[in-house]
Amino acid sequence: MDALLQSYLAIIVFLAIALVIGLGLLVAPFIVAYKAPDVEKLSAYECGFNAFDDARMKFDVRFYLVAILFIIFDLEVAFLFPWAVAAKSLGWFGFWSMMIFLAVLTIGFVYEWKKGALEWD
Amino acid sequence: MILKPLFFYLFSLLTIGSALMVIASRNPVHSVLFLILAFFNSAGLFILLGAEFLAMILVVVYVGAVAVLFLFVVMMLDVDFVELRQGFLQYLPVGALVGIILLAELIAVLGGTLLAPDLAGSGAAPIPPVDQMSNIAAIGALLYTKYVYFFQAAGMVLLVAMIGAIVLTLRHKEGVKRQDVSAQVARSPETAVEVVKVETGEGI
Repeated sequence: MDALLQSYLAIIVFLAIALVIGLGLLVAPFIVAYKAPDVEKLSAYECGFNAFDDARMKFDVRFYLVAILFIIFDLEVAFLFPWAVAAKSLGWFGFWSMMIFLAVLTIGFVYEWKKGALEWD
Repeated sequence: MILKPLFFYLFSLLTIGSALMVIASRNPVHSVLFLILAFFNSAGLFILLGAEFLAMILVVVYVGAVAVLFLFVVMMLDVDFVELRQGFLQYLPVGALVGIILLAELIAVLGGTLLAPDLAGSGAAPIPPVDQMSNIAAIGALLYTKYVYFFQAAGMVLLVAMIGAIVLTLRHKEGVKRQDVSAQVARSPETAVEVVKVETGEGI
């Protein structure tokens, strides 16, 4: 157990150094950079026009479809990892259990492809 | 090792703090970002338990996919914050009821292990020590053979989710011209060009 956690110590050291460098680069400009703010400099620039309205507008529902299809195949791959690690000891039953799982999701994939859910318009 | 309790308290405090900020922050987008921070710290707690695979899945699936989905939903809803806060007291009794039930269940689970500490190791499949078998191998040894029905049911749920999302949200615009590669490739001069003999002085 402790050996496992000690192997993560390097990551902690890495994260600490990354945090110091990142924060240093973020904070340093506030201290040393020359600043001369101006109303025109700070205004939003949109091809020479003033900004029309707020940038926080509604998202298209099609992004949601792409995201949920991504999650489903993400989970499918997540199920593959422990199977691959234990594949030798599982035998044929474990092999076919995963093949049926993959086949069920392939049915969904074929449906999705034929419906045109992977096309944008 | 003094580092282990130190990191346990660091991760726990950050998890609880960011979970509080999820419900306390006024902007729903900030709520989702605090939720991502809570997921990351829970992944840290999982690693302290020796459950590396669960920590990886928490980061890959929850942070990488579910949190993005929440962000989409929050941005898609176009929430009117003022209107949302007006109904707060109206939903308070239902929310309090759900909260109390969850709290009672948590107390039952934690109190159970306190009353009978030997109960933890007597499950259907005791967790092997991390030195003998890694977390991912322990899951793999059980999930695909012993719990095969649950595994297949998970596959069915994913299939239903996929078909449901397509049925609910897929709307193709009428009259959009799509590229059909096989039709393009199958074109030949005979199908593409028509040679017309035009008499002089007459039209087609």
